[in-house]
Amino acid sequence: MNGVTVSAKVNGDAVQYVCPADESLLDVLRNRLNLTGVKEGCGTGDCGACSITLDGRLVCSCLVLGAEAEGREIGTVEGLSEGGKLHPLQEEFIEKAALQCGICTPGFLVAAKSLLERNPNPTEEEIRYALAGNLCRCTGYDKIVRAVQSAAKIMRRGKKVAR
Amino acid sequence: MPYETDYTNQGFTKVGTRVNRPDGVDKVTGRAKYGADANAAGQLVGRVLRSPHAHALITKIDTSKAEKLPGVKAVLTGKDFPDLTGGNRGLMDILENCMARGRALYDGHAVAAVAAIDADTANKALKLIKVTYKQLPHVTDVDEAIKPGAPIIHDWVRTAGVTPAPTTASNVAQRSEFGHGDVDAGFAQADVIIEKSFKTEQTHQGYIEPHACLATLGPDGSGELWVTTQGHFTFRNVCASLLGLEVAKLKVTSSEIGGGFGGKTHVWTEPVALQLSRKANRPVKLVMSRDEVFRATGPTSSTSVDVKIGAKRNGKITAATAELRYQSGAFPGMWAMFGAMTSFACYDLKNVKSVGFDVLVNRPKVAAYRAPSAPMAAFAVESVVDMLAAELGMDAVDFRIKNAAKKGTKASYGPVYGPIGIGPTLDAVKNHPHMKRKLGKNQGRGVACGFWFNFGGQTCTDLNIGVDGSVNLTVGTVDVGGSRASLALIAAEELGIDYEQVRVTIGDTNSLGHNDTTEGSRGTFSSGMATIFAARNAVDVLKQRAAATWDIPVEQVIWEAGEARAKGRQNNNLPPLSLKEIAAKSPRTGGPIAGHNEVVADGAGVSFASHMCDVEVDPETGATKILRYTVVQDAGKAIHPDYVEGQFQGGAAQGIGWALNEEYIYGDDGRLQNAGFLDYRIPVCSDLPFIDTQILEIPNPNHPYGVRGVGETSIVPPLAAIGNAVSNAVGVRMTHVPMSPPRILNAIETAKE
Repeated sequence: MNGVTVSAKVNGDAVQYVCPADESLLDVLRNRLNLTGVKEGCGTGDCGACSITLDGRLVCSCLVLGAEAEGREIGTVEGLSEGGKLHPLQEEFIEKAALQCGICTPGFLVAAKSLLERNPNPTEEEIRYALAGNLCRCTGYDKIVRAVQSAAKIMRRGKKVAR
Repeated sequence: MPYETDYTNQGFTKVGTRVNRPDGVDKVTGRAKYGADANAAGQLVGRVLRSPHAHALITKIDTSKAEKLPGVKAVLTGKDFPDLTGGNRGLMDILENCMARGRALYDGHAVAAVAAIDADTANKALKLIKVTYKQLPHVTDVDEAIKPGAPIIHDWVRTAGVTPAPTTASNVAQRSEFGHGDVDAGFAQADVIIEKSFKTEQTHQGYIEPHACLATLGPDGSGELWVTTQGHFTFRNVCASLLGLEVAKLKVTSSEIGGGFGGKTHVWTEPVALQLSRKANRPVKLVMSRDEVFRATGPTSSTSVDVKIGAKRNGKITAATAELRYQSGAFPGMWAMFGAMTSFACYDLKNVKSVGFDVLVNRPKVAAYRAPSAPMAAFAVESVVDMLAAELGMDAVDFRIKNAAKKGTKASYGPVYGPIGIGPTLDAVKNHPHMKRKLGKNQGRGVACGFWFNFGGQTCTDLNIGVDGSVNLTVGTVDVGGSRASLALIAAEELGIDYEQVRVTIGDTNSLGHNDTTEGSRGTFSSGMATIFAARNAVDVLKQRAAATWDIPVEQVIWEAGEARAKGRQNNNLPPLSLKEIAAKSPRTGGPIAGHNEVVADGAGVSFASHMCDVEVDPETGATKILRYTVVQDAGKAIHPDYVEGQFQGGAAQGIGWALNEEYIYGDDGRLQNAGFLDYRIPVCSDLPFIDTQILEIPNPNHPYGVRGVGETSIVPPLAAIGNAVSNAVGVRMTHVPMSPPRILNAIETAKE
């Protein structure tokens, strides 16, 4: 194996791995770093189940090479909660029954978090377009959109209190 | 409203509340383990080589180079699967579909498999396998396959269900007929008759999680299979039969399932993975790619349907007939039969006849897809119902109400209905605010009804009470949409304890007796029934322990609000004993406290829904936008309303995709041209509006809580509801699903000519 040695940060922690030059970051995360919360639905960037952030930018990890992550910061669903406290998006996905089978949920959470960081008060239409890269086959998206709306509201309220 | 209420108003305190699901935290943190998330020490990677041809003789497979590649531990072809089916044709079809036996029957048909130390080596090995094909003529269209001279898929197939029995091979595997009365006499009485033909294209369930398993099978014939499935007991039985194993020696564990919708009720690669493991004597992990999922699992039928309905001026239907042709892929199926059975189930008809033809083509073996076969029949029938109402100058909802089936109606497929929900859902539609919304230019509204049988089946459940009073409920139906929450609510209701005290586990095949596959909307219905009975068994034990503690006859003990109470004035000095108190003393009063139930959950109540849909069609591009969508469906009793709504919304969304976008596109070469989510486009978030729902509860008298299955019916009306809406918007009757922009533009252009 012609391995590439890569140093990166995953969910804030420094990691080092060796991977073949043509291995996707998705396979690295799942098979080398045991972050199986990142899901593969298609491997071609069409379903969003493998959504992660790379230096804060939302990407499909199946379309990124493991070697490309050198020196970069990776964010996955495993990094959403802080200690025992769930992120408001995670809370509201449970509260609003926004998941059924749950295979798309990690990708939706990462994508929704990315949206709310850019736009804390999105309209329904903005939410729908921001999440259009993530496929869900169970819910018809209804309860997902409501959960994101609800989490956004809670997060805005939280920020006001913090100030 | 004069509907049955015997089974409502039971004073539920837990059932009907919207509690948080027990697997929620696992699923929002990434901890939940799905099919591809398990690993074993020393595991190999399995890969399958697939036919690029729609129909071909396999004259030779040379695996020698692949076998010599360092890191390859096993190579398999059809020859490695001896025929152990004992003449069972259905089993042989499954085996032949898992691995071709001398002939490739569709693009994607498995012809060989390898297990290697890593994915790279496995992929290289596939390329080293040399298969020599002799291409044969193929057919992929359902109507073409019936024509004289069409390539015959299987020379052993004789059309079943016709007399005298045919002596020559045919692509029509089965003819099935349902109905009653005299349709000719009925049509003779009609003032208006509408007759029309319809087509629907093949769609896939489109679950986001590809099929995946981790298989271990040793030379001693003992094995384990971790797999994403809707029915791990069925998978165990089928794999054991195909591979010559004892059922008890193959432990199958269902992973979290990332969507199934019927597509994970059948084995595809699992027997292959087990056989690779047996040959290599190492665990084998086999995960399908999305391309393989589309090409080589079980999509639903494409169809061609003729419907004829006649009615009197007063709006009463006098006769109805349908001829339904469903392709079942390269192996015989029963899909046209289901289409024929469901086609007229919503209506009270004196004279009705539906005939189904199951047709073989060179496409993948069709599997169930959510209320399998019903949406296509409903598309045709509900379109003609709308046309007939228009011809009679009647409101489309009033016309349906006038002809709706009711309690006592003899269904077109045979049985006489008990209390049913078709009338109530139509009444709800009539009074729904959705129907009063004004429509603008290029906009149209459509309504349609749908039916599904529902299923009960074999079910086995265990309920164990821990010493701290917490309860572990073990069920054998896979949780495909939140059933763990519903079943915990039911156990809590029966025992009179908090929902949070109950934990539900999906047991593996070594932990419980046989459970049928989670299909037919049976999860909450059947495991719910078994949970009620298991909990009542446990309550009997709890009462005995209380009686022994108090030293009184058990007949003097009742169970109320989660505690044993001593009846009668002589027992006034005995304070109640809670479940927790009895559980704490259990080691000294007779040991563990448990309840158990095994049942064939007969009496699944039939299910009806009526949908409303508003669309806007862009006359320039032919693109359709869903403006509003509302689902009204009878749930019998909604155990967890959030997840009942979720089923309504999810089914509607799948139906919307089917109606507007989704289709398998085959080239003239018989190859699938759009085996990916980019070109097979399922609805995304920005395609849909909020999907409104209204739950009706017309109790099923055969279930202690009145439950009916809710999972499937919601996909039945959308094709027709959207078809009616689009037809109303563009002023042309749409007869071909999906109503993609080119088809809509073509329909508008053709109408102008």
